[in-house]
Amino acid sequence: MILWRLTKVALKWWVVTFVIGDDWRVAARIAVALLATWGLVEAGVAAWWLLPVAVLYATVRSLHRSVVQER
Amino acid sequence: MNVSVFVSTFLAASIEVIEMVAIIVAVGVTRQWRGALAGTFAGLVVLAILIAALGAALQSVPLTLLRLVVGALLLVFGLQWLRKGVLRVSRDGWATGIGEQQVEEDVGDGFDWTGFILAFRGVSLEGLEVAVIVVAFGAAAHAIASAAVAAAASVLLIGSLGLASYRLVARIPRRALQLFVGALLTTFGTFWAGEGLRVDWPGNDLSLLWLGAGYVATALVLVRVVSDWRGSARRPTPQPAAAGVSR
Repeated sequence: MILWRLTKVALKWWVVTFVIGDDWRVAARIAVALLATWGLVEAGVAAWWLLPVAVLYATVRSLHRSVVQER
Repeated sequence: MNVSVFVSTFLAASIEVIEMVAIIVAVGVTRQWRGALAGTFAGLVVLAILIAALGAALQSVPLTLLRLVVGALLLVFGLQWLRKGVLRVSRDGWATGIGEQQVEEDVGDGFDWTGFILAFRGVSLEGLEVAVIVVAFGAAAHAIASAAVAAAASVLLIGSLGLASYRLVARIPRRALQLFVGALLTTFGTFWAGEGLRVDWPGNDLSLLWLGAGYVATALVLVRVVSDWRGSARRPTPQPAAAGVSR
C-alpha cells in the first residue's frame, strides 16, 4: 500500500515536472506533431521540417498566452 | 590494435559522447552538480549492467523506440526551459541581478531529482549508443578490444574537455544560460525524437548544428517579440473623451 502511494506520488511528480510543466498545451501540441510526423514518414513523405515548425508554433502560442495572462 | 576500427569507432563514438557531455555540463551548471553527477553515475552503472548482461546481444536493443521516448521527453522538457528563459530574459534582461533568484526556484537546497533524471537519461541513452557502436564496429572486424579502447579514449578526451569548459559556461548569467540550455535540450530532443520516427534529417548528425542554431536564433527573436508584447500591453489605451478633444 505504501509502495503504491509512493509510486503514485513519484509518477505524478515526474509527469508534472517533465511533461506538463507550466503549460500542458505545449506537450499536447508536440504529441500531435510527433503523431503527424510518424504518419508522414509512414506515407513516404519527407517530414524532417514538421517537428521544428511545431516547436516554433507551440513556443510562440505558449509565450503569447503567458504575456496575455500577465496583463 | 586494429587502427581502422580504432579510428572509425573513436569518431562515431565521439558524436554520442559530445551529446552526453553537453547534457551533463548544461544540467550541472544550470541546476545542481550533485544531481547531475549522481545521474551520470547511475546512468553508467545501468549501462555497465546492460553491457555485462547482454554482451553482443546489445545490437538487438530497440534503439529506435528508446530514441523516440527519450527524445520526446527531452523535447517537451527543453521547451519548458526555453519558454521560461525567453520570458525571464525579455522581462529582466540578460545580465545578473533582478530576477536571478527565480531561475533557481525549482532546485532548492535538497537533492535535485530533475537534474538527476535528465543526466541519467542522457548518459544511459548515449552510453548505450556508444556500446552498440563498439559491438557493431568491433564484432564486424573481430576487434572488440580496439573498438572498446577507442570508445574509452573518446569518453576520456571529450569528458576532459567538458570538465575544462564548465567554468567558462558557469560565467554566463543563469537566466541566459537557462535559455541556451533550453535550446540545447530542445535540439537534442527534436533530433532524437525524429530519429526514433525514422525521419531523414538533412545532413544526418550535422543537423544538430542547424537545429541548434535555428532554435537559438528563434529564441533571441522571441525575446524581442515578447518584450514588444509586454510594452504594448503597458501602453495606456486612448480614452474616447480624449480622442474627441484632439479632433
